[in-house]
Order: sequence, then C-alpha cells, then structure tokens
Amino acid sequence: MVLCETTVGGVYRIEKMDLTRAVEMRLKALGMVESTRIKILNRKRSGAVIFNVRGTRIAIGKDIAENITVKEDTTDGQSS
Amino acid sequence: MDRALKVAFVGNPNCGKTTLFNAYTGANLKVANWPGVTVEKKEGALKYHKHRFTLVDLPGTYSLTSYTMEEKLTRQYILDSEVDVIVDVADASALERNLYLTLQLIELGKPVILALNMMDIVEERGMEIDMHRLPEMLGIPCIPVSAKHKTGLDILMHTVAHHQEKSKQENLEHHHYHHGRGGHHKHSHHKEYAVVYNDVIEDKIDQVIARVKESEQPCSNYRWTAIKLLELDEEILSVYPGNWDDIIDRSYEDDIINGKYDLIEEIIEECLVNKQKKAAATDYADKLMTSNLWGFPIFLGIMAIVFFLTFTLGDFLKIGFEAAFEWFSGWMYQVLTSLGASAWLISLIVNGIIAGVGGILTFLPNIFILFLALAFLEDSGYMSRVAYVMDNLMGKIGLSGRAFIPMILGFGCTVPAIMASRSLENPKDRKRIIFITPFMSCSARLPIYVLFSSMFFQKSAMLVAYSMYLIGILVAIVTALIMNIGNKRKKISAPLLIELPEYKTPNLHTIMIYVWQKVKEYLTKAGTTIFLASIVLWFLLNFGMNGMTTDMSESFGAMAGMKIAPLLIPAGLGLWQVVVALISGLAAKEVVVSSFSVLFGVANATTAVGMDHLRDVLAGYGFGAGNAYALMVFCLLYTPCVATIGIIYRELKSLKLTAATILFQLVVAWVMAVLVYQISLLL
Repeated sequence: MVLCETTVGGVYRIEKMDLTRAVEMRLKALGMVESTRIKILNRKRSGAVIFNVRGTRIAIGKDIAENITVKEDTTDGQSS
Repeated sequence: MDRALKVAFVGNPNCGKTTLFNAYTGANLKVANWPGVTVEKKEGALKYHKHRFTLVDLPGTYSLTSYTMEEKLTRQYILDSEVDVIVDVADASALERNLYLTLQLIELGKPVILALNMMDIVEERGMEIDMHRLPEMLGIPCIPVSAKHKTGLDILMHTVAHHQEKSKQENLEHHHYHHGRGGHHKHSHHKEYAVVYNDVIEDKIDQVIARVKESEQPCSNYRWTAIKLLELDEEILSVYPGNWDDIIDRSYEDDIINGKYDLIEEIIEECLVNKQKKAAATDYADKLMTSNLWGFPIFLGIMAIVFFLTFTLGDFLKIGFEAAFEWFSGWMYQVLTSLGASAWLISLIVNGIIAGVGGILTFLPNIFILFLALAFLEDSGYMSRVAYVMDNLMGKIGLSGRAFIPMILGFGCTVPAIMASRSLENPKDRKRIIFITPFMSCSARLPIYVLFSSMFFQKSAMLVAYSMYLIGILVAIVTALIMNIGNKRKKISAPLLIELPEYKTPNLHTIMIYVWQKVKEYLTKAGTTIFLASIVLWFLLNFGMNGMTTDMSESFGAMAGMKIAPLLIPAGLGLWQVVVALISGLAAKEVVVSSFSVLFGVANATTAVGMDHLRDVLAGYGFGAGNAYALMVFCLLYTPCVATIGIIYRELKSLKLTAATILFQLVVAWVMAVLVYQISLLL
C-alpha cells in the first residue's frame, strides 16, 4: 500500500520511494531508506500524512505520500 | 601565529548557526525561526587570546550529498578551501537528526568540533545529555553552548584553537552489539573512524581505496572518496572515472545511510536520558492541533484570540498613551504660544507633526500585543502545524501548506513576509505568494480598523475588525485560485515536506528580542516616514495657488483630491479629504489615520472624545457606517506602502511585474469597496 492508505497509529516499513531526487535525498538525510520503520501519527483524507521516522516528526503532502510504498510492520518491538 | 585560523560553521537549517556567528562577530545578520534564512556564506573576523580567527557562516544543510545548492556549496567550500576547523552547530534538542550531518562531517577528515546549541531547551524538557560518553562515541570534542545566552563561547573558541592539529582522538571503541556483526572485519582495525559500516561495505571500501590508489589521481581522503563512490556520487565519479562495475555493482547509498543511523541510534540510546516523556506530550497535543476535524477551527480560534487580545488588552493600555499624548500636545501648544512662535509654526508642530506622529504612537500598545502573540506562535512550534493543517486548502490553489507561513507572517508586516517567501523552492510559487501576501492585513492597517470600527460599530467593533482579516485571507486565496486556473496538471510544484518540532514553552528572551525589534521598527517608522509624511501633508494642506491658506479646500492637497474623488463615489469614498488620506497612506498605512484627524480638523482623533467629535464631523459629510466599512476594505486591499513596493520590486526584479501588482491591488480594492458600499446601501 502507499503511505496515503495507512492507519493512524500503525507502524510500517518503507518498501519503495518513487520521488524526485531532491525530496528523496531530504528524506534519506532523515534516515528514511528502504525497510526503515515509521509510525503514522496523523493522516488527512486529502492524503497529507504526519509520521515519526527515527525520532523526527515529519509532515508530507499528498504528492509525496502517494509515491511512498509501505508494508505493515508485524515484527514485535518498540517503534522508533 | 601569523595566519588566521579559518573556522567554518556548519549545521542543519534553523539550528542557530547564524545566532552563534552573530554572537562572536557582533554582526547583525538576519536570523529568523524558519529554515533557509542564510542563503550565501558570510565571513567575520575574531580575536581570542593570541589567536586570530576567520569565521565563516555557511548555509544550513541536512547532509553533504550533491543534490541541492546549499549542500554543494557547503561541501565544496569545506573540501576546497583552507578550512582549519569545522564547528558543527547542532540543535541539541533534536540530536538524532543533527548527528547525521555530524557523522558526515567527521568522515570528511578535517578537525570537527560539535557545538551543542540550545542546551536550555534540552534542560527545560527534562532531558540530559551524557557529556562524557558523547565525545567518546563520536571521537570529537563536544561543547555545550548557548548562542542566545552567550554561554560556552570562550570554551568553544579555546577548543577550536587547540583542536586544529589533531583531527581525531585515539581511543574510539565501538560496541555494535545489537546487530550481530561477526565476520572477519575487526572493529578495532577501524577504531580511528567514527562510523564503522558492516563487513560488506568495509570490504568494498578497502577494495575501492586500493583502486583509487592505483589510479594515481590525487586524493586527500581515501576513505571518504571510497564512501562517496559507493554512494554513486556524481561529482566524485566524474573525478575518478573508469569502470567501477566489478566492485560497485549497485548503489550502496541506503546501506551507508543505515550504517550511520545505526550508530546514531546507539549514541542516542547511551547518551540521551529522559527522552520519551516530552515527545509523548507533543504527540498528545498534536492529536488535537492537527486533527482533521479540529485543526482548522483551532487555527481560526487562535487567530481570533490573537486579535481579541490585540483589541481589548491593547485598547486598555492605549488609554494611558492617549492621556500622555493629549497632555503633551496641549503642553507644546502652551510652550510655543508663550515663546511667541508664529501661528504657522505652531500649526506645523502641533497640528502637523504631533497630531501625525503622536496619533500613530498611541497605537503602540495594540501593535505590541499583536507582535507578542505572533512571536509566541512562532516560537512555540505551532507554525509548522499550520502548514500541515492548511495543506489541503492550499493544495486547491496549487500551493503547499508551507506557503501559508509567509502569509501568516504578513499579519505582522508585509515586508519580512515577502522576504520569507524565499524559503519556497519553486520560483513560480514564490511569485504567487509575493502577489497575494500584501492582502494579508498587516499591523500598519490595524490603527485604521481600531479607529473606524470603534467609531462606527461600537459594540461589534472587534467583529468588524476581525472580518477585515478574513476578507484579506479570502481575497488572497481567490486571487491565487484565479492564478492557478492556467495550471492544468493540478500538480503541486513543491509538495509539503516540513519537520514538526516538539512544542516548547516559548522562550521569554527570544520573544522579548523579537517584540522589541518590532517596537523599535514601529518607533523608527513614526520618527522617519510618518514624521516626514506629516510635514509634507501639512504643507500640501496649508498651501495653495495663493500661498499659505487657512482654508484647506483651496490647498494643493484638496485640488488633487477633488480630481480623483469622483472615481471613488461608487465606493462611498468620494470626499477629497478621504482621497488625500488614502494617497498619504502610501507612505505608511498608519498615516491614513493621522491624515483624517488633520483633514477634518479634529485634534486628538484617536482618543474617545476625539472619536466622537470626528464621527460627528464625518456624519456632517454623509459619511456613515457603510462608508467606514468600505474605507476599511479599501485600506485592507490597496497597495500597502512604499516599503512593500520596494521589496516587491527587489524580489521580482521586474518593473513591469511590480507595476502590474500595484495596479491589480488598486483595482481589487476599488471593486471590493464598491461591492461592500453598494450592499450596505441595500441593507
């Protein structure tokens, strides 16, 4: 699924990011790469999402969120 | 020593580099609380003990790849020039994010010192940083500083002076315990490096280094070059061309990022105490602040509270100012009369300058409260939430929620708001924001609302004034919507991507500095622009074709006003006095208020008695509530002031576009004022 379709409070792992290089690099500098774990804090129907990645809260618009593919994280453990 | 030590300040955007730089050099470079204020490097000199330093303030950057201008500039500068020591300024209250850049800087191989800024916030949040373990794990000195309170500054420079020769401490030892990395690569083998990657990467690094050495290309830092080659960094690949496919079979970028973040996680785990509590509080507050249902009403509510305070509390304080102003005006009149000053001089000073400048000064309490509230919002961390809350609405006009921040700043003053639009990456977005920001009602328009709404709308005065702000936002959004019609793809050029910092109790010191600066600007404006405008206006109103005149309607000002007045009849503003007031308002919007008192011969128009008097005089001209509302709308929308025109021209760099902007504002103001007035006639 893409980031726009996630559930608030859920923990997911990044599968694929299909973004412009500048946006991708900005996210990577936050430590967001393939298989990084993120926690969804808020999501709007319009597709904008707030999530926590490695301790940083990030808000992204729909245009970014719909291009990030994630998979629900079922492994046990504390969220980052 | 004969040569000055070159010290580069590097750090994430908005971490306080420039504040620190200013604290050292005494420079007064602009700082503000949003990323991207520093756009080019700045240098400053400093002498400390026997050493001379050249400090360089570089633009904020999150990493040292080569994809954005700031990153390229910063990286190139550190690599090419004679930087002796790098001071990595980190926001200690967001250590995880800041350490990524730190690790990249350490890898560059030059001496690095970590300056932990904003330690006061760390303490306020009840967190602690293990200052013994942190430098041990990073292998570089870590110095707590506060750019704001100017603490730790000497220690930091002392460290710079001592640290320049040694690039690394010796005793780095890592325990990568929770990753189960066995393998043949002993970590002690690499103990001089801060970050040790997994065996696959370390093997690759060794192989690449061997190949680079064979190539006999000059190389100042083999390990860094190898890492960059493994990341497929275009710039480095062009320096070391050739066939790398056998070693670098794919981009190892993600692995390298993960390697760094694994270490960061270990560091945070070991060095940061008490982190979770405050984060939970922010998450809790955000549930409400960014909620789909409540986020927007809360924003409107907060803005309403801001203006409510500006009005009630401001008006309460204003009474004292008015009394002082009235007393001063009367006293000056007595003094001048007793000195035997001529009538025209008394008129110029009392009716021209004191009425003009003093009338404006009585609004200082309102302005003070407004900026206090805005500073509070900016410092608390709420602004980036607004960007998220507004993203939906802004998306409809083809902009990201981020673009809303300069618009809110426009409630304070249009000039810095337009400058803030620089933080938007896309030039098209910038142009649109520059075009619509002047519609956001700035503090200079506040005196007009305060005066006219309390004169004509008594009980609902506050509501009427608040409606001005809403009309301003509405016109701005509709304008942007119309400008977006051509954009068929409906794609947002620069989508929202913003960090939401943890909420913090706004710092009194920061707020006071911010507010004092605004108050100072206001006073300066009263003393310069408004002072001059008052004098010019006095001359225009007291001189006519026949020299000095006591009948204002024969003055130059009246002649000009009468020429234009018919145009404004449909808007209910067809009095020559109103026209003159509006024209004089181009110097600064506050002047509209003082002009009214001068033009209608009402002394102290901003006091309660003066207001009653002015209302009666205006009523004599048939100027009632409907006219007053139309006037407020016109003042809200027409060209703000000369300073705004100046900044628009500077940012757009086009006379044609600037002229078009002014024309557009005049047309919109006229249309809206006519609309409002005609509707008021029907009611």
